[in-house]
Amino acid sequence: MVDLTRRFDVLVIGGGNAALCAAISARRAGASVLVLEGAPKFYRGGNTRHTRNMRCAHDAATEILTGPYTEEEFWKDLLLVTGGQTDEELAHFMIHESKDILNWIVEQGVRWQPSLGGTLSLGRTNSFFLGGGRAMLNALYHTAEELGVDILYDAEVIDLVIEHGMFLSAQLKQPVGGRTEVRASTLVAAAGGFEANIEWLKQYWGEAADNFLIRGTPYNRGAILKMLLAKGVQEIGDPTQCHAVAIDARAPKFDGGIITRHDSVVFGIVVNKHAERFYDEGEDIWPKRYAIWGRLVAAQPDQIAYIIFDSTVVTSFMPTLFPPIAGATIAELAGKLELDAAALEKTITDFNAAVQPGTFDHTILDDCRTEGITPAKTHWARRIETPPYLAYPVRPGITFTYLGTRVNKQSRMLMKDGKPSANMFAAGEIMAGNVLGKGYAAGIGMTIGSVFGRVAGREAAKNARN
Amino acid sequence: MHGTRILQEADRLMTVCNSCRYCEGLCAVFPAMEMRRAFSDGDLNYLANLCHSCGACYTDCQFSPPHEFNVNVPKTLAIARAESYAAYAWPRAFSGAFARNGLVISLIAALSVAAFIFGFAAINDPGVLTGIHTGPGAFYRLMPHNAMALLFGAAVLYAIVALAMGVRAFWRDIGEPVGMKTDARSLLQAVRDAGELRYLDGGGVGCFNEDDHPTDRRKLYHHFTFYGFALCFAATCVGTLYHYLLAREAPYAWWDLPVVLGTLGGIGLVVGPIGLLSEKWKRDRVLVDEQAKGMDTAFILMLFLTSITGLALLLWRESAAMGPLLALHLGVVFALFITMPYGKFVHGIYRFVALVRYARERQMMAE
Repeated sequence: MVDLTRRFDVLVIGGGNAALCAAISARRAGASVLVLEGAPKFYRGGNTRHTRNMRCAHDAATEILTGPYTEEEFWKDLLLVTGGQTDEELAHFMIHESKDILNWIVEQGVRWQPSLGGTLSLGRTNSFFLGGGRAMLNALYHTAEELGVDILYDAEVIDLVIEHGMFLSAQLKQPVGGRTEVRASTLVAAAGGFEANIEWLKQYWGEAADNFLIRGTPYNRGAILKMLLAKGVQEIGDPTQCHAVAIDARAPKFDGGIITRHDSVVFGIVVNKHAERFYDEGEDIWPKRYAIWGRLVAAQPDQIAYIIFDSTVVTSFMPTLFPPIAGATIAELAGKLELDAAALEKTITDFNAAVQPGTFDHTILDDCRTEGITPAKTHWARRIETPPYLAYPVRPGITFTYLGTRVNKQSRMLMKDGKPSANMFAAGEIMAGNVLGKGYAAGIGMTIGSVFGRVAGREAAKNARN
Repeated sequence: MHGTRILQEADRLMTVCNSCRYCEGLCAVFPAMEMRRAFSDGDLNYLANLCHSCGACYTDCQFSPPHEFNVNVPKTLAIARAESYAAYAWPRAFSGAFARNGLVISLIAALSVAAFIFGFAAINDPGVLTGIHTGPGAFYRLMPHNAMALLFGAAVLYAIVALAMGVRAFWRDIGEPVGMKTDARSLLQAVRDAGELRYLDGGGVGCFNEDDHPTDRRKLYHHFTFYGFALCFAATCVGTLYHYLLAREAPYAWWDLPVVLGTLGGIGLVVGPIGLLSEKWKRDRVLVDEQAKGMDTAFILMLFLTSITGLALLLWRESAAMGPLLALHLGVVFALFITMPYGKFVHGIYRFVALVRYARERQMMAE
């Protein structure tokens, strides 16, 4: 039994990668630590459950990484995906710290493996967790438990007492045991974004948010973020920005995870409910572009789109959870998708006519492109002409939101007046917006979580001692 | 559509897993899965027999129950595996032995022991069964050596034929030509993988048994059991060579090779089965194929009885208990041999064959 009458040095709210890194590093620095995870034990860890890798800088190839990925290159990639919308000082700090995380996280029991089958393009930059995100979480929880971190599940925090930027206590609500006041010298907020809070999403997206699918658990409701912002913590990030990808429209509303994602966009065309194309499917190498398709589909009518391809490319991408919808003719496929058959036939005929001769190679920006249609498909354009014709219906799958709390290099929250909080820290998705103004690069969410989690725990422990 | 409901479920799971692949570093099952996009009955039976039931993929899975995708690979493959044993049994008429395996094995063991006791009493003069016999040839005063060799030779031969027919059925089912060119490299790789139990380690941390902490000792106990069995088998072989080549008759002195090998093996076959049984007892029910509990327990107990009766015979071979103990030991061993093709023993054979195929597939991919 956890003694809730005592005053902890560090209270960690949240239970994912950032929270556990914070708890472990605070405990290793000698602090007493309580972790409050709002979800039941099985669903512990928020989005970390569904992750599979982390992007860390390294100067040389390792056993599991195929080559060097310098700080400079990492920085360039970050600049590219965010279009410069990043806190440069924090981003450089994170990238530098990420080098050491490669080893530190292993010391916490996490094991690496080479990139998974079908993800070779990430083999140089991203380190994969052996057994995936839940295996990583299990390892962190075991380490935390062995170090003597107290952990409670189903532990919902319903209020925070904060005075003049100083955290005093948290109101805890448990299914058994009811309400308790939890006191601690410092707070680490690592409770994620608000992607599972449809009502909150609607404030920015309107009714369209009803058509969003949430890739993680229903527990990422942003309650802690909302409390902090309401109690004087400075806000950062555009509330409409998030990491969103195109996922199968047949996926469950919550927690479909990685397996509902579609990587077949570059092999075909994507049309909206009017059977019209709306974006260049071959703009860039897929790992650099997959993260824009969630927003693109979100901007289409009824937030639905269809990836359409033919039988020649079925084995070019990872097998999918849901089978493609098939039709012997374009018209039959259109009927099954409830699209206007004539419109779809015209789109495909026009597209086929625009395809220029070229040599197909999906690993490079090849010379297979269209001419004379808008939008163009600038690479990997090949005619769709071999039946059966196939389609995946897709919707926006929201991974996590970027609206968050402003922090400094100590992971310490900044208040609205610009002053650092006396004893409050934030790590993970709740502060991802500091680094990610927009866009996404694979594995960067975990980098943010581990780096700032570790820093937040260390700084909170130091803060508690003084 | 698949032949059975469990293969249908295995297909569903492999479709989920193949679009995830997070577990590919844990064992051989997932890399083998990734070499396919669709799964025939034979493919699924191959994957089922390749699975060592370490449980890591269940503990690591974000979609295991209570998640609505309800992914439980170890349990599903365990059930499919047990059903495959029955499907490959030769002759087919005996495949029913797998349905109530605990009962069948117990009955055969009891009958076998009874037959030996009754036989010893019937063919010998009164008093021989409970008499004291020492020196070379002591055992053969109860049962002539040639009769013993003939009976056990026939039992072993039968078991080998039945097992070979089962392997043939398995090999065909998983889509391999029976006359496959022997490939020494993959055979050697499979011997190494099986000998080390390479895939019974949860990808490096150990296996999962009673909870989500990888503290399972099954690998260790399995090594005790397997190498104990191998040593006992070696003891029998050396004894046979002594008898026919050197004309030296059992029982042998405690320091002699057959006894040393048999004693060490016997100890392994006591420690191993007890350990395996206790781990089985603690195992999280969510990972267990409840239907196969009888089969698993029967085989473990038969191995345990083989070693314990053998060791008892060694300890009391110079007393009046020797006759009954010999009958008991021979009865258990005879039952063990003739039930080999119809019990849990086959798991080792099919898994080894699956490992051979896996090694071949890996080589073909690399070429």
